[in-house]
Amino acid sequence: MSIFKSTRGVAMSMVAAATATFGLQAHAGGHGIDLAGKTVEWIIPFSETGGSAKWANFYAPLLSEALPGAPTVVVKFMPGAGSTKGANFFQEQTYDDGTLIFGSSGSTQFPYLLGDPRVKFEYADWNVVLASGTGGVAYLPPELAAKMDGLNAAPLQGEDFIYGNQGATRLDLVPTLAWEMLGLNVESVMGIKGRGDGRLMFERGEANIDYQTSSSYLSGVTPLVEAGTAVPMMSWGALDDAGNIVRDPTFPDMPTFKEVCEATEGCETSGEKWDAWKAFFIAGFPAQKMVFLPQGASNDAIVTYTKAFEEVKARADFAEISGKRLGKYPQMTGDAAKTAMESATKVSPEAKAFIVNWLQEKYGVSLK
Amino acid sequence: MEVIMEALPAFGDAWALILQPIVLGYLVMGVLMGLCIGVFPGLGGIAGLSLLLPFMFGMDPILGLALMIGMVAVVPTSDTFASVLMGIPGSSASQATVLDGFPMAKKGQAARALSAAFASSLFGGLVGAAFLTVFILIARPIVLEFRTPELLMITIFGLSMVGILAGRVAIKGVVAAGLGMLIGTIGEGASSGDLRMSSYDFPYLTDGLKLVIVGLGIFAIPEIISLLRQDRAISQEPQLGGGWLLGVKDWFANIWLSVRCSIIGVVVGVIPGLGGSVVDWIAYGHAVQTTKDRSKFGKGEVRGVIGPESSNNAKEGGGLVPTLLFGIPGSGSMAIFIGAIALLGSGQIEVGPAMLKNNLDITYAIVWLLALANVVGTVICIAASGGIAKLTTIRFVLLAPFLFMIISFAAFQSGQNLMDLVALFAIGFLGIFMRRFDWSRPAFLIGFVLATPAETYANQAVQIAASRFRKSFGEGIEYMFSPIVIVLLIITVISVVLGLRQAKHIMAEGDVKSGSKRAPLMFLLLLTGYIAYALFDAASIPSYSRDRVFPMFVASICLIGCAVLIIRMMLKPETDVMFADRETNGEDADATHGLWTTLGWFAGLLVLTALLGFILALVIFLFSFMRLRAGLSIAFAALYTAGGIAFICVMAWLLNRDFPPGLLQEFFDLPWPLT
Repeated sequence: MSIFKSTRGVAMSMVAAATATFGLQAHAGGHGIDLAGKTVEWIIPFSETGGSAKWANFYAPLLSEALPGAPTVVVKFMPGAGSTKGANFFQEQTYDDGTLIFGSSGSTQFPYLLGDPRVKFEYADWNVVLASGTGGVAYLPPELAAKMDGLNAAPLQGEDFIYGNQGATRLDLVPTLAWEMLGLNVESVMGIKGRGDGRLMFERGEANIDYQTSSSYLSGVTPLVEAGTAVPMMSWGALDDAGNIVRDPTFPDMPTFKEVCEATEGCETSGEKWDAWKAFFIAGFPAQKMVFLPQGASNDAIVTYTKAFEEVKARADFAEISGKRLGKYPQMTGDAAKTAMESATKVSPEAKAFIVNWLQEKYGVSLK
Repeated sequence: MEVIMEALPAFGDAWALILQPIVLGYLVMGVLMGLCIGVFPGLGGIAGLSLLLPFMFGMDPILGLALMIGMVAVVPTSDTFASVLMGIPGSSASQATVLDGFPMAKKGQAARALSAAFASSLFGGLVGAAFLTVFILIARPIVLEFRTPELLMITIFGLSMVGILAGRVAIKGVVAAGLGMLIGTIGEGASSGDLRMSSYDFPYLTDGLKLVIVGLGIFAIPEIISLLRQDRAISQEPQLGGGWLLGVKDWFANIWLSVRCSIIGVVVGVIPGLGGSVVDWIAYGHAVQTTKDRSKFGKGEVRGVIGPESSNNAKEGGGLVPTLLFGIPGSGSMAIFIGAIALLGSGQIEVGPAMLKNNLDITYAIVWLLALANVVGTVICIAASGGIAKLTTIRFVLLAPFLFMIISFAAFQSGQNLMDLVALFAIGFLGIFMRRFDWSRPAFLIGFVLATPAETYANQAVQIAASRFRKSFGEGIEYMFSPIVIVLLIITVISVVLGLRQAKHIMAEGDVKSGSKRAPLMFLLLLTGYIAYALFDAASIPSYSRDRVFPMFVASICLIGCAVLIIRMMLKPETDVMFADRETNGEDADATHGLWTTLGWFAGLLVLTALLGFILALVIFLFSFMRLRAGLSIAFAALYTAGGIAFICVMAWLLNRDFPPGLLQEFFDLPWPLT
């Protein structure tokens, strides 16, 4: 079973890679820049310990090999204000010689989308060269999972749920809104430092509902599922080319939230609540982490970096080495990355207004 | 027993992995790098591992592990140098070592203190590894028993150590700890992100102050300034006594203390979420409580070195349990370690719940590599201790600027911001006055370290318990008062009662004579003012937010303490211990240089940095300090400056850091390292 899953995942990512390569070749035309003897600084606006650090540390050596002139690529951590500090810093930089790049994450996108007053950066000024997608899975303890009536979550509506939450305005708003839409009574316990702490809380029996991003789910929760102490509830799904939510290629056997919602009375897959959820899901997962060149970057530099990431993706062992650390998700470059960025950094005013209001009512969080 | 039988083949596999010449070679290389990094205060495992990270991609897993573990294992060993010799806590692991280690160095017994510390470190590391060999197989279910109420209770137990370290006036110790906690709550609250004592208009404080800065500021700066003012060497004895053999004998005479503290270290290290940042204080408290004659603590009692040092290496072993078995890093360095493991080979080692099942041999290899690294590191350190101890006989004025350079560098590693230096200076200022008026700095630091866990766990435990109580009363009680909580509660109560009874004898700040009324009262009033403002500030957070509860609670208790102190000050004569003041009597009063002129030098460095950037400021500072304060020739001062600048540039280049820019850099684009 697992072999089947992974082959299928590999196939998917190869298809994605091939499409993206094709898209690029149609556009490429510059001469590229040579970075021999230079040091590329890759700014990560988080600490050394988070998921973005893992992602950047994974790509840095590969990128170094693939860039012309094989420059040293160093990851520079600039944590603060939930990544807003680093992003604001990057906004002030202008293109020089292509030795400065920036890695953003869902936690950078959300404050931007919600109009956090600390945000002084503008995605539209930057030049995206890579967009990495991911997914997420919600899971339950076996005794609660057994109460679900197939895909119908209505029997869970009378339960008291506890969820370890990293912060109301973080990526966690995607799962908490989803559960609320299903009519589940989930109480958020705040002050969790990372999703790993949330999983530990679940394992200790204090929390009885949790979610993890795909790579953490694969390494941290799959063993629990095998041991019978956790049961997957649903994935958030993935986007197809037409922008519809479909099953996550990494978890093809898991129903998506959309399917569960459709089967649960009271949960609507249309209307402003659904639109808001979908908008923030798209901002948070299918293009969660992106690499940017600063404003004013020359076309040559953009082409060079795009080509380098293409080359990384084309490595014979890429599917194998990336599968475990990034999950089996499209690593988009060129036009695909641009489209992904567009959808990740734009939400309709209605969706934004809905979420801002929801945060205020549910958590008392004011984004003024 | 059965589990152990099943693990036996993995034992053999693990040894086969380790005992290859090339693996041992990498281990020794890691150890040497770890020693070099750990020697510098404020630089620890995080800096070291970041250095190694770029080389980990695709490396043979066992070689990469040997390199990284060699490095991580010896940081708590080598950071002892700074703690004992300079009175600067090298890392959070050796804060308690300062208390007795540094007074020993001042008495000319540096080598003895060091080798006792290293022998304890080694032993702790080995006990940790032996304990883990068995425990790791059964650890998972046990660790899962430590839920939020248990974690909260351990935090409270850690806080109860304040009782022992409170100093001669217990209430002053409590207020000092409370002040530490209030400083620890500065910034965005963990619960709903409300701001305490900070504002988005001034973003530096919203992320809170870092432990490196507070630890260095509160301990290192007051010591450096005090020694500088006296213009002498650290050791008061010209002839160094107590060779390294004596220290090893000291350790052997206290071997059972060492065993007990090692076990404390490993057990606290195992529990995820606390990261063992208090383990050395708990061990110190234990050492005090189990010693008959307590009058020597704080003045150079070797048991006060053996206790914490036995625990801090054992803690590293314990910290592997949450890291490997749960994929939850127990500390910052462990977090990078997890990330680095994923880069090794083709990424086949995956830490987390499946680690024991899939990689038991690797798990054991890691545990035993840790033990081996401890042995290698200790042998090197003991061999070096006699020589390095001679640093304590050098005129301190030659060391001070260098130390200042290093701790400034360590401080702005966390944010790479000029504000880091300002914060260091401000906390140092507070530390100087706390030291002067005999307010317990250890109590302050314990409060600071435990503020975040205490607040988070208290809020979470209350919230989860409320949900359980809604289900049924029995379930709530069962959750809050598990057997572990009750046992910890009893231990805490005993420790507080004993501690308060003994605290009078333990002078964490040494013996301080009393003087006039005015200065101590002024300081108390200033602290009261800050605390009152913190209370007002927290109270202005909207009432539905949990972020206001903890600071308000702590500030209220502190204010009551302050009120009692003020009343006592009004009633007592000025010879009372309440009015302890170093400036009226003793070595500070007799110092050659004044406090303000000495501080002025460092304020100058700060101002120059703001204007010219760190490196240019450092050039001016080092040269003029050597020339004017130390009175050295131009040639020597120039040489010293060049050496210092070269050193700091190499460090920054290796660790890939920039220096804080000043006003000058706003207008001119300068090449690195002047940027």
